[in-house]
Formats: sequence, C-alpha cells, structure tokens
Amino acid sequence: MYSDIEMIVFIFACGLGTFLTRVIPFIFLPEGKETPRIILYLGRVLPAACMGLLIVYCLKDVGLLSFPHGIPEAIGILSVAILHKWKGNALLSIFGGTIIYMVLVQTVFI
Amino acid sequence: MTVQTLEIKGSLFSAAFKTTIPVLAGYLGLGLAFGIMLEDLGYNALWAAFFSLVAYGGTIQYLAIALLSTVFNPLEALFLSVLVNFRHLFYGITMAEKFRGVGKKKLALIFGLSDETFSLLSTTELPEGTDRGKFYLYVTLLDHSYWILGSFLGGIAGSLISFNTAGISFVLTALFVVLFMEQLKNRSNIIPGIIGLGATLISLLFFGDNLIIPAMALIMVAMLAMRRYDVLRH
Repeated sequence: MYSDIEMIVFIFACGLGTFLTRVIPFIFLPEGKETPRIILYLGRVLPAACMGLLIVYCLKDVGLLSFPHGIPEAIGILSVAILHKWKGNALLSIFGGTIIYMVLVQTVFI
Repeated sequence: MTVQTLEIKGSLFSAAFKTTIPVLAGYLGLGLAFGIMLEDLGYNALWAAFFSLVAYGGTIQYLAIALLSTVFNPLEALFLSVLVNFRHLFYGITMAEKFRGVGKKKLALIFGLSDETFSLLSTTELPEGTDRGKFYLYVTLLDHSYWILGSFLGGIAGSLISFNTAGISFVLTALFVVLFMEQLKNRSNIIPGIIGLGATLISLLFFGDNLIIPAMALIMVAMLAMRRYDVLRH
C-alpha cells in the first residue's frame, strides 16, 4: 500500500494530467485562431487507438497458458459486445458484462 | 448529436438539475464501483471522495486502481492520465466558443469538463437571455458532486458489506470495450482502433508491465506515418 503522502502525490498527478488535457485547448487555441491540422488529425484518430491500448492494458495479466486460459475474459468481453450491439445502452453493457464475469471467476472458473 | 433548445420552467437550477438526471444514475453506479474497488485495496471512503474531487475522470480513476497495486510512480500516473484523457483536448476546442464571456466561472467549467458534462453542455441550446455561465456551472458542479457522492458511498458500502469482489475490476475492461465499439461505429476509426490494439500487443510482448509509454510512442509513429503517406486522409 502507498503511504498517505504517496497517495496524495499520486492523486494530484492523476488530477494534473486530467486537468492539463482540459485546459490546454483554452490556452493554446484561443477563439478566432485556426486549429493546426495535425491536432485535428490526431483528435480524429487517437481516441479509437487509445481505447484499443486500454483494452490490451487491462488484459495484460491474463495468462493464456495456464488455467483458465483467458476464457472468463473472452466470455466477459463477448457478453459486453453482444449486450452493446443488442441494446446499445452503455451502462447495461458495462454492468451486465461485469456481473457475468464476476459470476464466472467466482463460481465456474475457480 | 441533436441540439435542442431547453425549456426552462421554474428556476435555472432546477432546469440544470433535470438536465443532469441521466448522469446522476450513471455516475452513482460507476462512482460506487470505484469506491468499492478503492476500499478493497485498503483506502477508505474519504480517499475515494478526495480522489474523485481532485482527479475527476472516470477512466483514469479506474486505471489508478490497477496502478495502485504496482510500484509508486507518479510520473507514469501523470502520463497515463494525459493519454487516457487525450480526447478532452477536443472537448476544449468544441467548447471554446460557448465558454466565451462567462468570466471567473470558466476555470471551474474547464476543470469539470468530463465526458458526460461535455455531452450535456455541447448538446443543450439555451433560450435567449439565460445566464449561460450560471447554467453551465450548475450542470458541471452537479455532475461532479454525483461522482464524488457515488465514490464516497462505494467506499462506505465496501467497508460495511463484505461481499466477494473478485472480478469487479472487469468493469474497467467493459467500459473500454464499450467506448471502443462506440468509436468503431465511425468506419474511419477502424484502422486506428486496430493499430491501438496491435501496437499495444507488440509493446506487451517486448516490455511486459511497462508497456504504456512504448505503446503510446508506437501509436504516434504509426499515426504520423499514415498521415504522411496519406493512408487515412478523408
């Protein structure tokens, strides 16, 4: 566990990074000034790439070679995807998929 | 996104509150999960509320749960929060015009410009003569307070009820899968999405746990190269 000081520093680091992404446009791109094209381009392509990165990051500790071979994760992700395709309700997909995964790791794949 | 003019009956605050009701439900749920996970790691409800007050961004907070079980590395946390919140840059560009002339409130509006608050503010058109800044501030502060409240309640629930939380962190994976699918609805995002997955997998193979920064670098190089060679130009 982090010490109290470490935790405070950690929280402020997360807060600073988050705030920077929100405030930078207002500092560097004042109204009436054209947005650089490279920024527009990155703004278009990065969000999808970031989500891909984050999915892999979340799964980095899943061991494919040992039991349960990533099966609960695969079923969980499929459930989220199917729920989302079917109902299109983000909260339902997120919590539905999570509950299915929790049931799997707590009762089936022990 | 559809832009509709808001009908204001009663006070401006109650109009703002009604606007935020869908966010209230979502934030209490997602905040609750955050509070429970943080409590599970040994940090109580006050930490959860403080975290949600200072670093207001669901994605980075969920990721922080993963980071908190590794070695203390605030620089990595800073990088990661810039990365996962990169999309906020474009919220700022979008809102620059709407936030003009609101005075001192502007800093608070910028600080609290979450995905959900952005989606509310950017899609709500106010009737002539409304105090825009005030309405924006109400919506922003209400949303943020739901999030803090949800996190706090999660921390309390996590300490009172002992239930088996094994697997609850999958909520994060599920969130990203949903956001990924939302991105892919726009066909031009398919290639960037695949690059994001591929570059991070490669980075995982070579760098193991320290995959984030190499993966970011790989993605940037790939994106800039594609732009140079005109692969993604529309």
